[in-house]
Amino acid sequence: MDKPAAPATADGWEPKIVAFFCNWCTYLAADLAGTSRMKYAPNTRVIRVMCSGRVDPQFVLEALAHGADGVLIGGCHPGDCHYQSGNYKALRRFRLLKRMLLAFGIEDERVRLEWISAAEADKLRDVVNEMVAQVKALGPARLGTPPEDWAVGLEEEADEEVEGVTV
Amino acid sequence: MPDKPKVAFYWCASCGGCEEAVVDLAEKILDVVAAVDIVFWPVALDFKKSDVEAMEDGSILASFVNGAIRTTEQEEMALLLRRKSKVLVAFGSCAHLGGIPALANLWDREAIFDTAYRTTASTVNPEGTLPQVSLAHNGDRVHLPGFYNTVRALDQVTEVDYYIPGCAPTPNIIAGAVETLLGGDLPPAGTVLTPDIALCEDCPRLDTKPQELTIERFRRPHEVIADEGTCLLAQGLLCMGPATRSGCGHLCINGNMPCTGCFGPTSKVRDQGAKYLSAIASMLGFEDEAAIDRALDGIPDPVGTFYRYGLAGSLLRRRKMTPVDA
Ligand code: SF4
Ligand code: SF4
Ligand code: FES
Repeated sequence: MDKPAAPATADGWEPKIVAFFCNWCTYLAADLAGTSRMKYAPNTRVIRVMCSGRVDPQFVLEALAHGADGVLIGGCHPGDCHYQSGNYKALRRFRLLKRMLLAFGIEDERVRLEWISAAEADKLRDVVNEMVAQVKALGPARLGTPPEDWAVGLEEEADEEVEGVTV
Repeated sequence: MPDKPKVAFYWCASCGGCEEAVVDLAEKILDVVAAVDIVFWPVALDFKKSDVEAMEDGSILASFVNGAIRTTEQEEMALLLRRKSKVLVAFGSCAHLGGIPALANLWDREAIFDTAYRTTASTVNPEGTLPQVSLAHNGDRVHLPGFYNTVRALDQVTEVDYYIPGCAPTPNIIAGAVETLLGGDLPPAGTVLTPDIALCEDCPRLDTKPQELTIERFRRPHEVIADEGTCLLAQGLLCMGPATRSGCGHLCINGNMPCTGCFGPTSKVRDQGAKYLSAIASMLGFEDEAAIDRALDGIPDPVGTFYRYGLAGSLLRRRKMTPVDA
């Protein structure tokens, strides 16, 4: 049975997940999920790429810096990549990117790589539902340093005082 | 004397190396001094902020500002010089992209104060006094600059016209940039005043960098005696050449050390660290996860390695202060 889409949080915030799906597998799985009328969380914004190996780590950071709360990359199973080894390249980049993102304070659940074949619409649904629930539990990512964070801590000091200090 | 173009130099969060770099122009500095009127240069000349404030807006031809922006005072000076200058130049890695000071963006103000004023073994601070912007002292009020939570590059504070990259910029790059600016035929605003190609492209070791480079193991400089003629990346050393802009004259490579990326990325790259991460991860010669992870253990500090000079100017700019197990 389809799990219901995760409900919105009290203040109405819904996670935004940017999803890079390979044209030959995960994108088709999403298509199949659609034509099979599967219900799953509506939080992904899907971007079709020709291969998971096309997903430049800069895309992932760009998405996060522009307000995504999570990024999902979907590619062909090992051995099934249309271009032989694009998914292995994606895996190598992903493993290093994850280490770097942890050092940036970005929680593990926010960025995910999954192998989902064209036939695995149910896996796609489960992965998306699970990820949306996890990211929802984490709350908004707020990355890329919103300007209001630059001066954190200065406001209290300024209150006790002051002429001439702009915070 | 008839009006020579007015020029100012200023420093923000920096080490002083960029000031040295200007002095390192050696004889060439005499040409600069002959061609311009230096109206403000705190490290060398006794002009005050009030002298700058008294100048007409836009009356300085070019202000060269080095250092990142950490305090309210630095921001105030950057804005003042912006107002007084036709051209504002971000001078050196710290003004360009945040530089070494921006690595502090892996912590926040609270954590930095805690370490510097409370927990280090050499600190004696029984009352737990922390820096303040205003305090009473012998019946007077003393005002001090405020310390921002996040280090910023100059162009994250005000509009910047040109960039002179480098930690520190090399004499050739500086002299070339000054010539360009005084020549009057100005490049488009936002230009980085160096060649817009990757360091690898004109590296003397490029011939020994294989087209399809495969790396099995990353090594740190102290772990190998690097061959002096072979591409350093091909020897497993994390050379930032593929993601770094050329123009320094391959200083580190010629010293048989890998490039650490101080010139920042080329104009085609949005994020130097992610670009470099992508390049080296692609080169790893493994397909199974466990072997990949073992090889990646050879990069113990990815952020400090990939963003050594560019964290403030990167896409993420700073660490999010969440408790994750890195
Ligand atoms: S990786 Fe380093 S040593 Fe190799 S060609 Fe590029 S700049 Fe030169
Ligand atoms: S080789 Fe790299 S780190 Fe060294 S001076 Fe040149 S750009 Fe800077
Ligand atoms: S074609 Fe699907 S991952 Fe390469």
